[in-house]
Amino acid sequence: MNSTEILNSLQVSLTLRRLCFQLIENHDDFTDTVIVGLQPNGIYLANRIKKELELITNQSVVTGALDITFFRDDFRRKEKPLIPSVTNIDFTIENKVVVLVDDVFFTGRTIRSGLDAIMTFGRPKSVEFLTLIERRFTQHLPIRADYIGQSIDTINEERVSVQWKEVHGKDQILLYSPNENE
Amino acid sequence: MNDLSVKHLISINDLETNDLNTIFKTAESFKEIINRPIKKVPTLRDITIANLFFENSTRTKLSFELAEKRLSADVINFSASSSSVKKGETLIDTTNNILSMKVDLVVMRHPHPGAANHIVNNTNTSVINAGDGTHEHPTQAILDCFSIREKFGELKGLKVAIIGDIKHSRVALSNIYALKKLGAEVMVCGPTTLIPKYIHHLGVKVEHNLTNALKWCDVANMLRIQLERQEIQYFPSIREYTRQYGLNMQIISELSKEITILHPGPINRGVEITSEVADSSRSLILDQVENGVAVRMAIIYLLAGRLNRA
Repeated sequence: MNSTEILNSLQVSLTLRRLCFQLIENHDDFTDTVIVGLQPNGIYLANRIKKELELITNQSVVTGALDITFFRDDFRRKEKPLIPSVTNIDFTIENKVVVLVDDVFFTGRTIRSGLDAIMTFGRPKSVEFLTLIERRFTQHLPIRADYIGQSIDTINEERVSVQWKEVHGKDQILLYSPNENE
Repeated sequence: MNDLSVKHLISINDLETNDLNTIFKTAESFKEIINRPIKKVPTLRDITIANLFFENSTRTKLSFELAEKRLSADVINFSASSSSVKKGETLIDTTNNILSMKVDLVVMRHPHPGAANHIVNNTNTSVINAGDGTHEHPTQAILDCFSIREKFGELKGLKVAIIGDIKHSRVALSNIYALKKLGAEVMVCGPTTLIPKYIHHLGVKVEHNLTNALKWCDVANMLRIQLERQEIQYFPSIREYTRQYGLNMQIISELSKEITILHPGPINRGVEITSEVADSSRSLILDQVENGVAVRMAIIYLLAGRLNRA
């Protein structure tokens, strides 16, 4: 696999900042908004967004983590049963605007599961979707993101890897492509 | 690593410690789910499960049925008292007939030890043993350990005493296997007649004095006297049993430490345990019932994930 850098550390932080200002435009002081990161990878992005929003607005922003394992559509189609991650939603979503957050928007199946999973906590006023990287023309379902960090054109065999300072030591987004002779 | 090493759950002895930890981790997620406003997930919507109960049950049957329904599985129930078993049908025939209706997984309780294994050897379905005679009751042991783990964080090094009718209890054997695998120390306590002669070969301590057992342990798992399985009289009277092995507040208050009480149910109040103890804050009895649903959801989920795979 060859890797190409899509966003470097500075570009990641600029993109996060832009996404936050877009959120602020639509959500005022965030009293009726909750941010929910999709496990396992969306939670890092959700935490960054929370941090950045709190820095800009000086308000606390309610954030949670949602596991979607049991709502997936590929049970028994995978080699191994998936072991769930932790869900941490210790607030009500009733009549709130929920912003679901995931790092990469690929087929749309994860966010579809996320929509089903979040509804088990109540009836939100509306649900929005924020993603850092949208892979264009790869969606299997009629779902679109409301906030997009960067749209990229990829082929199915390629893989996007989002790396975070707190996990990998450096903010960076890489695109892995198969070698020509692979 | 994430996959269970077994296709059926017949005995705790078949499981590896990793399997138990995988079940615990999955059950934690299900416990969170069953405390949501909407307690159901769509995971097993293409699975049909048959609950075959050849012996009476309240808790286990309801718990399995609820677990299955919360996973969105289709459920059919069978109880021996209202079936063709009374007309002379064999166990294999009954099971194969039910499997012909395209059932994916069988949960079975049977009065004969080894019945669940018999089904595994003679049919090609996945089986969960919900209690086979005096042999094993694996899901009860897993939920007991899950409840202890929830309270203490881990089982390693904990001292657990299983007290009562060890000889006729399937809960006792499954608990011994599970607790030992998880690193707990185990003691069995009861009248000499109700403790199997060679049980120390399983690596457990044997004690006949209730107070000594309670002084030793961190957790006491109180078992019911299984009169329905006792073909002869093992002790002079219930009254005498209660005087020697009944757990009451007075004995507990004389201990220098606080111990945690478990009971798999059904409780015979005033025999092996008084109401005061059973309903006290030391008792995990109702937590066990709540955890039972989450643990059974986890077991069914993990076994169903293996269906139709090699």
